[in-house]
Amino acid sequence: MADMKTAAYICKGCGIGERVDTAQMAKIATKEGKMHLVREHDFLCSAAGVQTIADDIEKEGVTHAVIAACSRRAKTEAFYFPSVALARANIREGVIWARPDTEEARETTQEMADDYLRMGCGELKKMKLPAGNPDTGHAKRLLVVGGGVSGLTAALEASKTGYQVVLVEKSAKLGGWSAGLYRRMPFREPYAEPQDTGMDELIKAVTGDANIKVITNAVIARTDGAPGRFKVDISVESGPSLTEEVGAIIQATGFSTYDIAKLPELGGGKSANVIDQVTLEKLATEAAGKGQPIRRPSDGGEVKTVVFVQCAGQRDESGKHLAYCSGFCCGASIKQAMYFKDANPAIDTVVIYDDLRVPGNGEDFYRSAQRKGVTFTKGKVSSVVPQGNACEVKFRDLILDEDAAIAAADLVVLATGQVPNSGVNIDIPEEEVAKMEVKPVSILNLTYRQGKDLPQLTQGFTDSHFICFPYETRRTGIYSAGPVRRPMDMVQAAEDATGATLKAIQAIENAELGRAAHPRSGDLSYPIVQLEGCTQCKRCTVECPFGAIDEDEKRYPVFNESRCRRCGTCMGACPVRVISFENYSCDTVGAQIKAVDMPDEFSEKPRILVLACENDAYPALDMAGMEKNCYSAFVRVIPVRCLGSVNTIWITDALNAGFDGIMMMGCKHGDDYQCHFVKGSELAAYRMSKVDDTLKQLSLEAERVVSCEVAITDIARVPQLINDYAAKINEIGMSPLKGFA
Amino acid sequence: MAEVVATNQTILVVGGGISGMTAAIEAAECGKQVLLVEKSPTLGGRTALLYRYFPKLCHPTCGLEINLRRIKSNRNIRVLTLAEVSAISGKRGAYSATVKIAPRYVNENCTACGACAEAVSAEVLNPYNYGMNKMKAAYLPHAMAYPQRYVLDASLIGTPDADKAKASCKYGAIDLEMQEETIEIKAGAVVWATGWQPYDAAKIQPYGYDRFANVITSLEFERLADPHGPTGGKILRPSDGKEAKNIAFIQCAGSRDENHLRHCSRICCMASLKQTQYVKEAWGAEAKSTVYYIDIRAIDRFEDFYQKVQKDPTVSFLKSKVAKVTQDKSGDVILHGVDTEGYHRYANAHDLAVLAIGMQPSVAGVDIPAEIVADSSGFIESSAADSGFFGAGCATNALDVNRAVQSSTAAALRAIQVINKLARAEA
Repeated sequence: MADMKTAAYICKGCGIGERVDTAQMAKIATKEGKMHLVREHDFLCSAAGVQTIADDIEKEGVTHAVIAACSRRAKTEAFYFPSVALARANIREGVIWARPDTEEARETTQEMADDYLRMGCGELKKMKLPAGNPDTGHAKRLLVVGGGVSGLTAALEASKTGYQVVLVEKSAKLGGWSAGLYRRMPFREPYAEPQDTGMDELIKAVTGDANIKVITNAVIARTDGAPGRFKVDISVESGPSLTEEVGAIIQATGFSTYDIAKLPELGGGKSANVIDQVTLEKLATEAAGKGQPIRRPSDGGEVKTVVFVQCAGQRDESGKHLAYCSGFCCGASIKQAMYFKDANPAIDTVVIYDDLRVPGNGEDFYRSAQRKGVTFTKGKVSSVVPQGNACEVKFRDLILDEDAAIAAADLVVLATGQVPNSGVNIDIPEEEVAKMEVKPVSILNLTYRQGKDLPQLTQGFTDSHFICFPYETRRTGIYSAGPVRRPMDMVQAAEDATGATLKAIQAIENAELGRAAHPRSGDLSYPIVQLEGCTQCKRCTVECPFGAIDEDEKRYPVFNESRCRRCGTCMGACPVRVISFENYSCDTVGAQIKAVDMPDEFSEKPRILVLACENDAYPALDMAGMEKNCYSAFVRVIPVRCLGSVNTIWITDALNAGFDGIMMMGCKHGDDYQCHFVKGSELAAYRMSKVDDTLKQLSLEAERVVSCEVAITDIARVPQLINDYAAKINEIGMSPLKGFA
Repeated sequence: MAEVVATNQTILVVGGGISGMTAAIEAAECGKQVLLVEKSPTLGGRTALLYRYFPKLCHPTCGLEINLRRIKSNRNIRVLTLAEVSAISGKRGAYSATVKIAPRYVNENCTACGACAEAVSAEVLNPYNYGMNKMKAAYLPHAMAYPQRYVLDASLIGTPDADKAKASCKYGAIDLEMQEETIEIKAGAVVWATGWQPYDAAKIQPYGYDRFANVITSLEFERLADPHGPTGGKILRPSDGKEAKNIAFIQCAGSRDENHLRHCSRICCMASLKQTQYVKEAWGAEAKSTVYYIDIRAIDRFEDFYQKVQKDPTVSFLKSKVAKVTQDKSGDVILHGVDTEGYHRYANAHDLAVLAIGMQPSVAGVDIPAEIVADSSGFIESSAADSGFFGAGCATNALDVNRAVQSSTAAALRAIQVINKLARAEA
């Protein structure tokens, strides 16, 4: 690193100059930090201060700069120097605002500031300016799997944006379930009548679009590669297989209907007159084609009474059927009830529901049905018993709180739910799959080491776990849209597909530039592995939350950088520390740990290392500072990309350096996990459970290393956690390892 | 001040809540130039003022942190705060927007050190806590505020406090001479993401929001539970500061009602279910939440959460549209109505009543082009094929956060289509 030129800038503004001795810090930066250039400034984020740094970069050839001022979360516009490696030492939120402004606190506060600068200098010298992933892909086409309303919309929207599309549909015809509807629910005002589905026009638009290559009767035989360079083998029924290169994939494989034969108590499979909503659509279309009313399937008799049973096989708490609500079925039954009422107002049309769920303007549609004379009964259907050409529908009337019955319904429509077509559940172990009667069929046939299909969130849906980020699948560049992601109706599916198309296009553009996708969007660093040291332990390939790492035939890891989200979980997993990022590595953090000035065991000044998730715990600490919620001066905080990136070497390093305690602060894990890298905090907790052995070997107490879940709102709790832990360390005493480093 | 370069390749996003931020970020991360215009002094919108999200009970500020980081690291996005679009003219590919920028009285030099807030003594009602407490008239909107820059309330100008604020600032950040500015912005496409506002609770006369201190809205309740809120996160009722342990949640307050909002606001059932868990978090087994509802609309996998809450012994459900609320001398609120499951009349006393208030689109008051169609409730409908103007988020429909983000992502793509077509035509 002959051409590395380092500089430290120490800001005196916002009270830093009054609270700590910046001249002393400058000396530390020069002598201990070995910075080539050290400057103090009264107001570093001012135009003049920023210019000073810019001038040094340009004229002095500074390549690495540490800014000792406010938090890395503040003044990001001012301190934007993309051409140099940059470290920030948090002297404002992390030191002077987190400490009382008293004479007695002065010494320890100064020690904190000095250490953060030492740490910044240490980190800086181990950093490199990220150059961007060189393994970029340039395929700009999109693959859309599924030719229903979601897939068709995705294809058309991509084409409108100027991208080419390969659309693969399993069946012979485009249109999916939507094409089989007689009418759809209204999607704009007045929300009063069923509407034409518009599917003919949509299909025509897609088939007539020169940007869209439609392949029907086809499935995906193999998907290999990464965003920007997927290679997809498409096997076509009665035809030669094709291989297409695409940049991103939208999975719009929709749903299957829940089999009503599984609902014999509701007459499912026991009578031709007990049907599901899809079958009613077919009957309605056929009847309309003949210009006749909908007839009773069993004998073609007149329908005088029709009953809609909501939540059939849904919202089920017994574990036998679907546990969820499919959301669209109340609206669909309202629409179907109108088919009858519009044809003949004398038809007795009853919807039996528990909670009628028509959000938004669906309420107008509901009112319209009430005006047409559809009867809505709050109740729970207990049985549907076919008797000849009629069915007896027994139910508990929940308003009158009594048992009731409809003696002779000509037609009973079960509002069953959507079952996602999501392929193989990769979380089910192979042994268990082997025992299954019906083997799941993969949709994408990914060659990924972690499995053939998108990971499922719950109930088979490939939804994102994140409220704020509905499109975040765990496979970069592959987005799901429509009812495979979450149960939904046509209008939502089209909207969803449009959003997913943007994400797919974004993935293509990111891959081409070699930068990361959400949540570290734009990050140019990427994992670099030194295979010489690799022991083929496979931890990185197993633990990567995004399935970015495959294995070659010798079981060495193969990194697919454009699938990677830069969380560093692989780096944390690696027992031989051969994985690193240019600006974030075992060395950059290790150097910070080792840079801390360690008081001796008689000083009564313990040192506590805090490794804090940069997205939640670190901002919480910042905000604690902003609100002047003070905490112990004995802590030294290092932000980490994710607790999953914490390598146990840091723990060993810290203990050997004489740290008396280590706190790991990460996001909540478990079912409602909040880790943005899915399982980072969970992995960290697991790894730390193994640290106990290390502690024992070193004859240290188990409490020397603790993990805690911290949320971004814990502005009052975090200081308390720190102070409690500092008291605890005080109780168990200073580390016996001090002074042996 | 505001030197804003925008061309017909720029996407103008109006509204800096989660929908507008999402549209802006997603478009910018596709390489497009975006101008994000927000009327208040900070991004984040209404979700920044929520304590937790349903159904995970995670914190909205966690996602906000990520989105802010994406904005900070993306040079394609420029943000104008305290800025309102007052008119738009032109057509797809060539819009011109008039943007009024209100004076902040604080310039880019601000370091957010807080000296001005310490220097002034005047206080104003804190809009970030829905006016439930006061804040200094020189303020940072909230701890997650972006830009992280103070604001002087206009009421301070011309008072001695203003001079004190100015004198306290070492960085020349306070500019008392700042005036409202009007600028013209060019844009090829516009995403309208102005979000929603709560229905005016005082209009629901029988519920007495305007008469009883202990009848509050669901949004105000979020602030009571939030550690940054007026009570520091303690659930205390407004009239006397008593610990509110027995709480009524009144569903469809303003929604599903032809006298108020015809539509169902979609989020309120889940929001109340979520809030019952705040009560439990605060008081444990002593908590008592009662949900008065018509239908519980826990749609799709939210059903899990509903089932979980139904099993919670601190929560009970009563199927009834509450007829009337009164308040007794002790400050307790009494809910009157008929339990429709079995037709029993009730008059139930609670420490506090929370109105699950309906959602109204915030689209009023702007001279927007005729090509934008709103339905009779004010929600923006999908645009005509030749339009370059797209609604996003709760300006288009009553949506939860997840769906608002989905809608905004879709709107961003539609805006990109306009820009790309233009670029192809000009190439």
